[in-house]
Amino acid sequence: MNTEHLVVLDAVSKFYGDVKAADNVSLNIEQGEFLVLLGPSGSGKTTILSILGGFTNPSKGRVIIAGQDVTNMPPATRPTVTVFQDYALFPHMSVSDNVGFGLLMRKVQKKERLKRVRESLEKVGLAGFEDRGVHQLSGGQRQRVALARAIAVEPAVLLLDEPLGALDLKIRQQMQEELVHLQKNLNATFVHVTHDQEEAMSIADNIVLINQGKIEDYGPPERIYLRPSTLFTARFMGETNIIDAKIVSRTGQSVTLSSEFGEFEVLDDGQPGTTRHVALRPEQIKVGSEQTSESLMTLGEARVTEVVFHGTHKLCRMRSGVNLEKELLLRLSPDRSIAIGEMLYLYAQKSDAVILAH
Amino acid sequence: MHSWLKNSPFYGYIGLALVFIYLPVIVLVIFSFQDGMLPVPPFNGPSLQWYEKMFENERLVGSLVNSVVVAVASSLVTTILGFLAAYGMAKRQPRFAGAIRFILMAPLTVSYLIIGIGLLITLNILGVSKSLLAVGIGHAVINLPLCFAIIYSQFGDHMKNIDAAARDLGASDFQTMIRVIAPIMKPSLFAAFCLSATLSWDEFIIAFLLSRFEVTLPVIIFEMLRAGLTPEVNAAGTVVFAISFTVVTLAAVVMFFGARAKK
Repeated sequence: MNTEHLVVLDAVSKFYGDVKAADNVSLNIEQGEFLVLLGPSGSGKTTILSILGGFTNPSKGRVIIAGQDVTNMPPATRPTVTVFQDYALFPHMSVSDNVGFGLLMRKVQKKERLKRVRESLEKVGLAGFEDRGVHQLSGGQRQRVALARAIAVEPAVLLLDEPLGALDLKIRQQMQEELVHLQKNLNATFVHVTHDQEEAMSIADNIVLINQGKIEDYGPPERIYLRPSTLFTARFMGETNIIDAKIVSRTGQSVTLSSEFGEFEVLDDGQPGTTRHVALRPEQIKVGSEQTSESLMTLGEARVTEVVFHGTHKLCRMRSGVNLEKELLLRLSPDRSIAIGEMLYLYAQKSDAVILAH
Repeated sequence: MHSWLKNSPFYGYIGLALVFIYLPVIVLVIFSFQDGMLPVPPFNGPSLQWYEKMFENERLVGSLVNSVVVAVASSLVTTILGFLAAYGMAKRQPRFAGAIRFILMAPLTVSYLIIGIGLLITLNILGVSKSLLAVGIGHAVINLPLCFAIIYSQFGDHMKNIDAAARDLGASDFQTMIRVIAPIMKPSLFAAFCLSATLSWDEFIIAFLLSRFEVTLPVIIFEMLRAGLTPEVNAAGTVVFAISFTVVTLAAVVMFFGARAKK
């Protein structure tokens, strides 16, 4: 048995009729890891979380947590606790009774229970809120109570189902930071579901990108963002430019790609005749004067069609390529003055470009 | 033009509708204070003599107590059964949920007379004689659909997650129901109980068919009517109406504040 991993999902599938909500998903989660299940709505990320929490029985496969096969175990006896999107606090109970509920069910003595309730509330920054009613709390505070209620029973794995979805942007960003602090301080294992790729990148140790019930990509945020392994990942992880290309010839390790921006040589193991997609992030395309170098790919002249100021940068839409038909997105320095209709010369580092087969 | 003037046909229409509904009750109440032998104009009142007479009538007071007992007991049963059905339906969402809901609600469309006759035959076969118990069973049967509907309507999607959260934290099925779900549903349980109690309180046909020696208040009123029209009947009717009105108002207030507290 895989005792070195805290959680093992072993070829887990869930079918609803013909729909594969989870399709042969295998995944290992380590003790102390902050894992984010990321994907568009309907991708199956919530199903996977629900299988981990015991609310959904997988059609196939096994779930192992802390060396124990929990595939057919109900949520109550699993070493997991789920924090729900709507918090699912008990509205008729005080904050203290909410947080202490799991301990009460475990028949923890009152004195010990109140001590642990206090400690849990301190950890989420709500010390002294014991006697408040749930109705007296703001959205962010309810979120914290839900967290305190979950950590009070010290689960091996804390499952978070889009817990920040209902919060305002500012509180959401603050809560993202606090979630990471909490997780690191407790050295706990968090599995967090979200559809927001920025949230995923800012909190995750590792991201699992889910698409149509399958794991599309898996890895640390930097890798997923900068070196996506599929076209879907490249597109999902923020704005990107995709240039369609074709392999025209091969010399040793490298191939020559032909695109509407001309030909360039890259390292690739594909055969001539197959298609490729070249992904470039908006901030990876540079503006300069015409130049040629082995390490650069030139994108030629482009016309500015739209400029949107974002504070930290200016996002420019350009038309480029043959007949200026290809649209490109660029991020430029916020203090650079750009006029619509201006012609700019564009290039990128070959090492920044990600060559994708599918 | 003043808006009330523009809306006057609207208010007039509502006024007429209210008069149509409440005039008979108002007349009944007024003539319960009649100072004279007949509850017909002219009004010679006010006098409390008929109320005095009514409370001296032991058979009537006894039936009033019977009515309260039947209303409370049958409503307790319907509220519990309705809650269990609604909770099960909301939580499990069974395969034929629509069909089950229809079957639970269908008795609403059957006349009390038919249900009463059916119960009379069934209880006869089962060996349950005509009694207050039989009336209570009858009232539980007719009020269950309404109790179920009221309680079921208050089970939102958020209740599903609350239920799941309680289990996730280690509560058993029973603990979840008693400690979490039922307390949250308290306002609608109370409202269902009150409505069921008022319906039982002034229900006549089933009470008439299924009782023998000990009867409920509406049955006594019916007997009094057959004996002849006196303001005493008005007084009894007024008591029935006043108690129904109070209980329904109480239920509405609790529902209203319960719904507000949830926000």
